[in-house]
Amino acid sequence: MMKEKNMTTTRLIIVAVGGQGNLLTSRIIGEAALLSDIPVRMSEIHGMAQRGGVVESAIVFGDASSTIISDGEADVLIGFEPSETLRALNKCNAGTFVITNTAPSPPFTVAIGRGTYPDPEHVKRLIQNKTGRLMAFDAAKLAREAGTAMALNIVLLGAAVESGTLPVSRESVIEAIETRVKKDFVELNLKAFELGAGAANENR
Amino acid sequence: MHKLLTDGPGKKLLLLGNEAIARGAVEAGLAFAATYPGTPSSEISQNLFQISMNSPLYFEYSTNEKVALEVTAAAANSGLRSLCIMKHVGLNVAADALMTLAYVGVKGGLVIITADDPFMFSSQNEQDNRYYAKLSGLPMLEPSTVEEAREMMGQAFTLSETLREPVIFRTTTRINHSTAPVVLGPIAQIQSEGDFQKDPMNLVTVPAVSRKLHVKLLENQARAAELSEASEYNREEGRGEFGVICNGVSYAYVHDAVKDLGIEDKTAVLRIGFSHPMPKNKITAFLKERSKVLVVEEGEPYMEEAVKAFAQEEGTDVLISGKGDNLFSRLNEFDPALVRKNIAEYFNVPYDAPKIPDLSDAPESPARPPNLCAGCSHRATYYAVKKAAEGTDTIYPTDIGCYTLGFLPPLSMGDFLICMGSSVGTACGFSRATNKKVVAFIGDSTFFHSGIPGLINAVFNNHNFTLVILDNGTTAMTGHQPNPGVDMAELNLEGYGRVSIENLVKAMGVSHVSVIRPFNVRKSIETVREALDFKGVSVVIAREQCVLYAKSLKKKSGRPFYVSDKCKNHRNCILELACPAFYIDNGKTRIDPGLCVGCSVCAQVCPEKCILPLKSVS
Repeated sequence: MMKEKNMTTTRLIIVAVGGQGNLLTSRIIGEAALLSDIPVRMSEIHGMAQRGGVVESAIVFGDASSTIISDGEADVLIGFEPSETLRALNKCNAGTFVITNTAPSPPFTVAIGRGTYPDPEHVKRLIQNKTGRLMAFDAAKLAREAGTAMALNIVLLGAAVESGTLPVSRESVIEAIETRVKKDFVELNLKAFELGAGAANENR
Repeated sequence: MHKLLTDGPGKKLLLLGNEAIARGAVEAGLAFAATYPGTPSSEISQNLFQISMNSPLYFEYSTNEKVALEVTAAAANSGLRSLCIMKHVGLNVAADALMTLAYVGVKGGLVIITADDPFMFSSQNEQDNRYYAKLSGLPMLEPSTVEEAREMMGQAFTLSETLREPVIFRTTTRINHSTAPVVLGPIAQIQSEGDFQKDPMNLVTVPAVSRKLHVKLLENQARAAELSEASEYNREEGRGEFGVICNGVSYAYVHDAVKDLGIEDKTAVLRIGFSHPMPKNKITAFLKERSKVLVVEEGEPYMEEAVKAFAQEEGTDVLISGKGDNLFSRLNEFDPALVRKNIAEYFNVPYDAPKIPDLSDAPESPARPPNLCAGCSHRATYYAVKKAAEGTDTIYPTDIGCYTLGFLPPLSMGDFLICMGSSVGTACGFSRATNKKVVAFIGDSTFFHSGIPGLINAVFNNHNFTLVILDNGTTAMTGHQPNPGVDMAELNLEGYGRVSIENLVKAMGVSHVSVIRPFNVRKSIETVREALDFKGVSVVIAREQCVLYAKSLKKKSGRPFYVSDKCKNHRNCILELACPAFYIDNGKTRIDPGLCVGCSVCAQVCPEKCILPLKSVS
């Protein structure tokens, strides 16, 4: 096992719907950790990501060898879609910091009458009661403001970094965005990042 | 330049496990690779495919895993360092070649990667392929981390050349699809010119030769056992009366658990990375120093059985456990908390269970199953077949690919599936064993992989069913890899042939062959109906390029459609097609123009003809 500098462990789960850019976000966070010389290990389940399924990433910072996170052991949960944040609550505990987008993307099962979309306000209260802290805002709106709905992932990343719950620095994340995102989209993504950071400050 | 060709020993890159494995092979001077794609192994080959375009490495997508193993067996017997990559069930297909290749052996190093999938994230079973090493007598290595996977690949080639045997390199999904910083090593020169020395008395496996070769294999196994005893990959860490024996990704969970439980000073961990043959002496020495031993391994009790057998031979009476009611299961994958709990309970150590919130009062999130994409031609084909077969009691054997998703409601087209190619073989059986109509579905890549023998069987034995070949011009499910029917010119790649499915099927003796364009709904239904009416074997080729693949080729998609005010809310579109571009807004059916690719199938299905193309795309 590779010896890395000792530090406490932070466990982050990101849940999203296929196509929302979860894997890119995880990559950016991983690169940022690498740039900051913070030990990082990640895993992802994305077999059917392109077919509308759920995509879950686990990112473990610090002194741990495992790449996955057990139920009840996430320190931070970032949800790109509110019903997916709800579904992932089993990963949380009474101390978990939850950051979620509030704009719903109902699965197709709802349209064909094979499922009911939960009431957003109820979900919010529930998360507040069951976890340590909730930061909930319409990240889809901010993404459109930045220039494209596709930037939702970077808006949430901006909020997470600004809230100070991840061990990666703002500078390293920005540098990772600059190297990981296609050149033409860097500016737009940096704007999304700032809008997310602003939302974090408003929702403190 | 490809990321994995980065020159710079000592440089740290964030790599996916599969990238680390590909890099390890490149560093080892890999000259020749073949595969059939399959999750969780696919990114290894995808990277090697890209690398081969700008380096002397030869890479091919073979028609199936057996062919891939034969191709690489010949390369390795011509002295080239070769790699054969597959998912766990692929080794079942390649097993015939594997078993006797173990007798024949290799000259250049041959590494066979089997990517197992505990929990079946994307597989039809969770078989434990470590038993293939035991069955074939071949040496096996298993990395525990992404970082180790890179380095172990190089050692696998060295081991293969030392023993002149193929080496099985076994991973699980959590190695393949984990990501971590990896320190690069130097890239060795590729020796890409092979030479074959004739030696039929050792290479042509007639019984007289094989009797001799089996003796050689057993001698090799004895040598491999010595190497396993001495291997750094089988290493003991820590000291104490508690003993844990583990392998693969479980080692990471054990490592964390021992630290979290604060039992570092009481616990010795034996990590087995060279897992066939098992290092008997090392294990028995380990057992003697322990009061109790726990074997932590996902899947079957492969190590546990071996450890218990060694203990019995040595007369050691230390308690050894692994799988059991209050211990580890043979099912699914492990996780850090499970391993921590089992270690704590087994060794009687206090621990805090994670505090999962009580979610009994939480509403359930609506299911989000994967779905055929918006504009996927499979949906249109299923619709056409369903309409054509309406009123008949039809059995629908299906096969492995995106189109398997059609078994879900509302399409509900898929009644039986066991393995690649099974749609055709089982259609033969169902059509004989029952009086029902049988329509089987198979994708183009799966047809080339293993559907062909079943269809020849059907012609020869005069069975009665329709085979629908869903030809979307790529291997879509695993990430759009080429197959023999793909037009490689579209990828700007030269030097490939192309096999026509129509010509192939006709040459097999199928007398009723038709081609449909599934987005033409009425005509497709008519054509399928004719095929269903035919007595004997009929084949319908449903041809339309995969919508995601077409997008990746930068092809223009159609103009999106919208639901006009004439809509009378029959919802045939949404309820019969279940295209994810539809959504309900205040009780009204709507189409998301960002998802709709303009296939027009719903417009043809709407009884009101109220689904229309958008005039302009904003």
